Amino acid sequence: MSDLDQMYQQVIMDHAREAHGRGLQDAAGLPQGESHQVNTTCGDEVTMRVALDGTLVASVSWEGQGCSISQASTSVLHDLMVGVNVEDSDKIAEAFRALMGAQGKGIDDAHADLLGDANAFGGVGKYPARIKCALLGWMAWKDALAQAREEER
Amino acid sequence: MTLDVRHDFPLLERTARAGKPLVYLDSAATSQKPRAVLEAEQAFYARHNAAVSRGAHVLAEEATAAFEEARATFARFIGASSAREVVWTQNATAALNLVAGGMASASAGVGGPADPRFVLGPGDRIVVTETEHHANLIPWQQLAQRTGAEFAWIPVDDLGRMDTHALDEVINAQTKVVAFTHVSNVTGIVTDVAPLVQRARAVGALTVVDGCQSVPHLPVNVQELGVDFLASSGHKMLGPTGIGALWGRAELLDALPPSVFGGSTITKVTMEKTEWLPAPQRFEAGSQPVAQVVALAAAVEYLQNLGMEAVAAHEADLALQMRSGLAEMDKVRLIGPVGNSEGSDVVAIAAFAVEGVHSHDVGQVLDDDGICVRVGHHCNQPLHAKFGLPGSTRASAHVYTTHEDVEAFLNSVERARDFFHARSAV
Repeated sequence: MSDLDQMYQQVIMDHAREAHGRGLQDAAGLPQGESHQVNTTCGDEVTMRVALDGTLVASVSWEGQGCSISQASTSVLHDLMVGVNVEDSDKIAEAFRALMGAQGKGIDDAHADLLGDANAFGGVGKYPARIKCALLGWMAWKDALAQAREEER
Repeated sequence: MTLDVRHDFPLLERTARAGKPLVYLDSAATSQKPRAVLEAEQAFYARHNAAVSRGAHVLAEEATAAFEEARATFARFIGASSAREVVWTQNATAALNLVAGGMASASAGVGGPADPRFVLGPGDRIVVTETEHHANLIPWQQLAQRTGAEFAWIPVDDLGRMDTHALDEVINAQTKVVAFTHVSNVTGIVTDVAPLVQRARAVGALTVVDGCQSVPHLPVNVQELGVDFLASSGHKMLGPTGIGALWGRAELLDALPPSVFGGSTITKVTMEKTEWLPAPQRFEAGSQPVAQVVALAAAVEYLQNLGMEAVAAHEADLALQMRSGLAEMDKVRLIGPVGNSEGSDVVAIAAFAVEGVHSHDVGQVLDDDGICVRVGHHCNQPLHAKFGLPGSTRASAHVYTTHEDVEAFLNSVERARDFFHARSAV
């Protein structure tokens, strides 16, 4: 597979075309956090809302515009995070960061098992400028989740 | 008219990813350097290096002479009436901030006797245009906020052309400064300077021009333009990074208070107050980028040897090839006009959007083909917002760019379009 084919796998293009979790949702009564992140090099942006229900991630919703990598990555994040235990969500986020830092060389099975469709983003790790694109939604996730946890206390 | 100078640029001998031929089309961001510039910088460090304008030893004298000769060379290049009208700055952004910052100092009553031409307050107006690079927008927007002056702008049409019918209304009697770009860094449009200068003069406003995309590519004569200040960038005109220049009319520069303070700018300092040297020294605080200045002069001489008329003609051909190629491409939107066949109204900058495909994704395919272009908003968000685009992909040429480069670029844009459209990105 060429570098381009590896980077733009069909699963990524599908998520980019029909992104999951798009459209900000208000989870009334639940602790939630919201974060707006901008990629300053291109102006791409995402606003994400995360709501918690006890130890579970109750909802992840977002709005934004950007390249196929940033949009697909945020869509995949939504699929991975909704309904999981908050502690597990930290492990998933850590695994995705490991994937981005792997320079396209792949990550260990324990991490890869947590990522599902998100493993398709491995090709992005070869391009430092594009890692920011892939991480845009994940930055918003980290910040919004921290706020939701804060509110829960 | 075609220049054949690629062999003068060592970097262009290297390859891109996976050994593919390198096609460098990001010259509006920064240009590559000819051997003469690299050698001038090295020769300065190897033989003449010393601090300038201080010290009396042999090296200090040689370095100072080279520094000042470079100033004279640059002044002649842009048609300044004397070398002391050229102020060295860190880059063009710093040059523009020097003027805006000087006006802020004057408005706050610091930095010397206040010249009313530089004093702004409520009731005064600052005018820019809708096509400005952030570097010639934010300093003025912030100056307006700092002084209480009103901030207004000349709108552009759907092709990015300034609306000259709006000049009389926007540049009103309250206007004290009009800042505009000589060439747009997104559309490549060359501003028709005369009507702006005429209107600004009629209301007694100063004109400040961003020459970053004109000075490297077109014959520029500041006296013929009739403007008051012009900022330019060294690294975009085949020179090194870390050096820019502000040209200003001598009597204006001598009256403009400094806004960056430090050594070598003064006649007398006491614990209570400071008196300033005339321009340009009053603005050149602290240690100077001497090697960069000397190398920039080598870049100027290189361009002069080619002849700026020949440079402009070479790039006009490339502009037309690039821009008409994109305009004729299905599902690709060229930003701005194609330009006329004489090439007098656009330079070789071509920004475009591929339908349904983000500029970063377009750039990725081009990069895969060894083609270096800019992606994103090119430090010009308001203009992209006007066009309804979050960003664009931009190709830009220089003296070393060839028709083969542009052909490879156009083929790659088609490949990018087909790549994403085949994967149903739209």
